[in-house]
Amino acid sequence: MDMILLAVDWALVLEKTLFIGFIISISLVVAMYATYGERKIAAFIQDRLGPNRAGPFGLLQPLADGLKLFMKEEIIPTSSNKVLFILGPSLAMITAMLTSAVIPWGDKVELFGRTISLQIADVNIGILYVFGILSLGVYGIMIGAWASNNKFSLMGGLRAASQIISYELAMGISLIALLMITGSLSLGEMVKQQQEGLWNVIVQPLGFFIFLVCAFAECNRTPFDLAEAENELIGGYHAEFSSMKLGFYLFAEYINMFISSAVMATLYFGGYDIIPFYDESAWGFSTNIMALLGAAALFVKILFFIFLFMWVRWTIPRFRYDQLMNLGWKGLIPLSLFNMIVTAAVILFLKK
Amino acid sequence: MQLTNRAKPVDRKPLSIAEKIYLPAVLKGMGITFSHIFKKKVTINYPEETRPFSPVFRGLHILNRDEEGRENCTACGLCAVACPAEAITMDAAERLPGEENLYREEKYAAKYEINMLRCIFCGLCEEACPKDAIYLTETFAPANYSRKSFVYGKDNLVIPHPKENPEAFAKAKGLIDERKAKANQAK
Repeated sequence: MDMILLAVDWALVLEKTLFIGFIISISLVVAMYATYGERKIAAFIQDRLGPNRAGPFGLLQPLADGLKLFMKEEIIPTSSNKVLFILGPSLAMITAMLTSAVIPWGDKVELFGRTISLQIADVNIGILYVFGILSLGVYGIMIGAWASNNKFSLMGGLRAASQIISYELAMGISLIALLMITGSLSLGEMVKQQQEGLWNVIVQPLGFFIFLVCAFAECNRTPFDLAEAENELIGGYHAEFSSMKLGFYLFAEYINMFISSAVMATLYFGGYDIIPFYDESAWGFSTNIMALLGAAALFVKILFFIFLFMWVRWTIPRFRYDQLMNLGWKGLIPLSLFNMIVTAAVILFLKK
Repeated sequence: MQLTNRAKPVDRKPLSIAEKIYLPAVLKGMGITFSHIFKKKVTINYPEETRPFSPVFRGLHILNRDEEGRENCTACGLCAVACPAEAITMDAAERLPGEENLYREEKYAAKYEINMLRCIFCGLCEEACPKDAIYLTETFAPANYSRKSFVYGKDNLVIPHPKENPEAFAKAKGLIDERKAKANQAK
C-alpha cells in the first residue's frame, strides 16, 4: 500500500486538480458572462441598450439572474419520472463541462521548477473524446424531455435527438478530411502542427464551414434551436423545469457554446498560436509569458466565435423541421463527403 | 371582386441555388444586424431621462386664480356645455359679503368636478372659458386604485394660492402662460 502511494506523483495530481478547478471556474464565468453578452448583443442589434441597471453597465446582471434562479421554487411534476428528471439537467451540465479536458489551453508553463502543460489531458485520441462527449450531451436533453412527461417537452427532445444525429454525421465527415491532413487525433499535436505550418482553416475552408454550421446545430443555437422553439414548443425540452434545473440547462447551452468555440479555434484557427505565418519565438519572451500570450490569443478566438454564435442567433430565424433535415442530409453530408474525397485526392496527388 | 390592384400573387417558384444554400441571404442579414450595433439607441433611461412632451400636449386641468388669489371661475357652465365627454359638473353659489378676497365675481363654483376617466383631453373647455379660468397643463393623471379618485374636485384642480404658496403658484402659472403664448402663436 505504502509503495503504491509513494509511486503516485502527488505533485502532478495536485497540479492537475488545481488546473481542472481553474478551467471549470473559467468555463462557468465565461458562460455566466456569455448570458450577459447575449443580452447585450441582442439589445445592440435591436437598437436597445440591454441590461444596464445591476452594477456598472449592468455587469452584475448574471449574478442577479443566478440568484433569481436559485430563489425560485423547485417544481418536480407529479407525473414525471423523478430520477430521470433530476438526471437530465445534471447530465447536460456534466457533459458540457467534460469536453474541456482535452482542449490545449496554452503551451507549457514553468512553475516551481516543474513544467506544467496547460492541457488537462493530452489524450492521443482527443478529438474522438470530444465527439463522444458531444454526442452524450444530447442525452441530457432527451432524458430531461422524456422525464417531464409533457408532449411539448417530448417533441423538443425528439427534435434535439434527430437533429444532433443528422448533423453529427456531417461534422464527423468534415473532420475526417482534417484528420487526413494532420494525421493525428491529438488536439495538442494538431495545434503544434498549425503553429509550425498553416492554420487549418486555410487548408480546409469548406471543412471549417461545415464544422461551423454543425457546431451551431450541436449547440442547439438559432437557426437550429428547434428543440427549444419557445414560440411553438413553449421552451421544448425545458418547459417543465424550474429553478436551478432550468438554470443548468440554460447554463449548459452557454458552456457548450464556449467549448464548441474552443474546439473550433483549436482545430481550425491554430489554437493558442498568436499570429499566423509568423514565428512568435522571435520575440524572445520567456516560455511562461509566451504560454500566457498564447492562452490569451486562444481566448480572443473563442470570444470571437461566441460573438459569432450570438450574432447569427439575432439575425436568422429558425429553420422549419423539413428544411433542417434537408439541409443536413441533402446539403451538408454530400458537401462534406465531397470535401473529404477532394482532400484525399489532393493528398495522394501531392505525395505521389 | 378585385377592389384595388395592390394585391400581389404569392411567388411559389422553387428556390434558386443561391437561395438554397442560404449563405448570401444569411451574410446580407448579418451585415444588416452588425450595422445596427453602431446605430443610435432609441431607449430613454426612464427615471433619469424623460421623453419631452409635444408642444401641443394637453394634460390635466387647472383652475386659475388672479394675482390676488381670487378664483376666476364664475360657474357659468360654458365648459360643461362645450365638453363632448360630459366630464365636467359644477354647482354655482353666490358670493357672500366678506368673501371678496376669495372669488373675483359675484358668482362662483362651489363644487367643480372633472371626471378624468371620462375626459378626452380635447381642450374645448379651455377654448370655451370666457373668464380665463380653466387651462390644460402638461401633467397626466397618476395611477390609482379606485374609480372615485379619478373624479378631481376643486382641491385637486385649483391653482396654488399666489400669496400662501408663491413658488407652486409661479410654477403652475408658468405652464399657463406658456400655453397662452402657444395659443397666441397659433392665431
